[in-house]
Amino acid sequence: MSETTTASGLADPAARRQLMSEVQPEPGSPKPDSILKVDNIVRNFGGITAVDVDHLEVQRGIITALIGPNGAGKTTFFNLITGFDRPTSAGQGAHWSFDGATLDRTSASRVAKSGMVRTFQLTKALSRMTVMDNMMLGAQNQSGEVLAKSLFKPFWSAQEKNIEAKAVELLRRFNLLEKRTDYAGSLSGGQRKLLEMARALMSDPKMIMLDEPMAGVNPALTQSLLAHVQSLRDEGMTVLFVEHDMHVVRHISDWVVVMAEGRLVAEGPAETVMSNQAVIDAYLGAHHDTDLGDDALLTDATLEQLEKEVAEEEAEREEERT
Amino acid sequence: MDDIQAILNNMLRIAVDPTTAAVAIAVIGLNIHFGYTGLLNIGQSAFMLLGAYGMAISVTQGWPLLVGVIVGLAVAFVYALVLGVPTLKLRGDYLAIVTISAAEIVRYVGRSVGYEKLFNLTGGAQGIPGSRYRGPFSNLSFFGNGNTTILSFNYHDVSDSPVLRLLGWLVVVGLIILMVRVGRGRFGLGGYARIAAMIGLGLVTAMLVFFLAPVSQQNTGVNGWWFTVITWVLVGISLMIVLGLTTSPWGRALKGVREDEDAMRSLGKNVFAIKMQALIIGGLFGAIGGMMYVLPGSVQPDAMGRNLTFFCYTALLLGGAATIWGPVLGSLIFFVGRIGIIGIANTYLSSDKYINIMNGQQTAQFAFILVGVSLMLLVIFRPQGILGDKRELRFNV
Repeated sequence: MSETTTASGLADPAARRQLMSEVQPEPGSPKPDSILKVDNIVRNFGGITAVDVDHLEVQRGIITALIGPNGAGKTTFFNLITGFDRPTSAGQGAHWSFDGATLDRTSASRVAKSGMVRTFQLTKALSRMTVMDNMMLGAQNQSGEVLAKSLFKPFWSAQEKNIEAKAVELLRRFNLLEKRTDYAGSLSGGQRKLLEMARALMSDPKMIMLDEPMAGVNPALTQSLLAHVQSLRDEGMTVLFVEHDMHVVRHISDWVVVMAEGRLVAEGPAETVMSNQAVIDAYLGAHHDTDLGDDALLTDATLEQLEKEVAEEEAEREEERT
Repeated sequence: MDDIQAILNNMLRIAVDPTTAAVAIAVIGLNIHFGYTGLLNIGQSAFMLLGAYGMAISVTQGWPLLVGVIVGLAVAFVYALVLGVPTLKLRGDYLAIVTISAAEIVRYVGRSVGYEKLFNLTGGAQGIPGSRYRGPFSNLSFFGNGNTTILSFNYHDVSDSPVLRLLGWLVVVGLIILMVRVGRGRFGLGGYARIAAMIGLGLVTAMLVFFLAPVSQQNTGVNGWWFTVITWVLVGISLMIVLGLTTSPWGRALKGVREDEDAMRSLGKNVFAIKMQALIIGGLFGAIGGMMYVLPGSVQPDAMGRNLTFFCYTALLLGGAATIWGPVLGSLIFFVGRIGIIGIANTYLSSDKYINIMNGQQTAQFAFILVGVSLMLLVIFRPQGILGDKRELRFNV
């Protein structure tokens, strides 16, 4: 990785650290140049509030990790901002914008067209199509996909050649070139992750959203996937990814956003956010270091104290909700 | 030998019959729905019936044939829109339910007698006799009158010995097997080379078949050569269009929608629009097939009901869904095979000469039973059909 010569100048780790050091490490803090702004997104499933995000900004040109315990609403949040799901608060103050364009009522395909492309936690390779066809589908604005022009090859053959050349280049970069005539369904799980990422890149996105890109991938492949993600950042792309593996998060992310029970609980650089009390509470529970075998816990005073804490917490939550 | 020859003659007559070709056009349309886009349309007969009504009623009202054809296509277009708008945003199963119900609604409206103005147009369950709308199409014929036998040079000119004809039929079987192998992409042929090879082999096979079993028909009359040639030309044009569409980026998008709609959305494709376009294009092919289907016969709503849709599916699965040649091959095998079974049953199981265990009505039913059993065997042992790519099935989730 060359760390000095890129368009954005953010390939240099020091520059990134410098940039993000001015940002307050607290949930919903404003960023110097945010590409994605999210306000007041709520999604209820029956009585359960899966996502309740007041404000979030994602900085352009860096890798932002979205972490949180199971069921924290990370994937639901992804679905909401990419148009695959509609917030319950739609029309009641829910508002989000990408690169200056409002996305409140935009369909999933339009979101992708505007430059925010996502991948899926369970990969969606188009199984009964070749790897090459999978890649070719990723390209945007193909005139051959217009029904009226599709019958007349001269309209689209030149563009098709360009797309094919680009696909070959991307496949080579992701070590999938020798698989190009194979059906995507015959690829291994890790290769499908690579294919999905490569396919998303066919559209030249401004921001790529990876939903657990490393899940189920062997350690050797994880290393190359990480390198790919970092090289995307170094080319000036914004990356937002969901991940469980803390080593991965610590290794590549420039900024970490932590979700728990649908809310943002913390933000900050990877080195410091892990020691944030709210994050530890979210992952391990607020009383994780209490010894349950300790008889002292059974005294009335302690029990009252715990009950008071619980009541306070709930009141606090009630207040926030109203 | 004469019995066998008579059966083969009957089969050949069905093979070139315009109704076989008309159904093939409708199956080509169904292939766009089911094979390429994964739309489970169980009401292709409604597109055919609407196309037929549109053309027949327009012509009986005294409008020109061209206007009638355009009306038929327009009706099918509107029908596809009406079906598609509410269902294509939902999961695939809903389209299946809606299409089969809508097809029945179209059929029942067509055969209803309650509303007099409508009855005067459609003729209720009796339908519209072909003689009332066939005229303009027959008049277009430049084939003249009289009979023509395909291939004036035939086996009579060489020798009448059964050995020659037997040898000839063996060569035909060999050629057909060769065609199937070429169609499946063996011998390293691809793209236009394969299409050229298929057309060449098809022509040679057809000539040899006509040499062995000359078919004699009227030039212009009902079911004559004019009808046959025009319908098969339309099959050829339809194949060319489908070939062009499915090898284009648009065809690639169709297959993508079939595989995973959410993945396509995440790539910025308008899935609803693609599905709607596919539904309309396939429906228009269905309407053309319906028009050609009724031209030699009559518009009868009950003859174009669920049965016809299921014939279409049988032909499609036989030939191989999502293949170019599958619909034509499947339609040929389905109709010819059925007539062959009926012929064999009539000759050997229903006559005093051999065994007499069923009457004429039962032989037709027997043929359907055998067709049904063979379809089951096909779906179990060769679900990709005759021309389908086996690799595609391995990843069918």
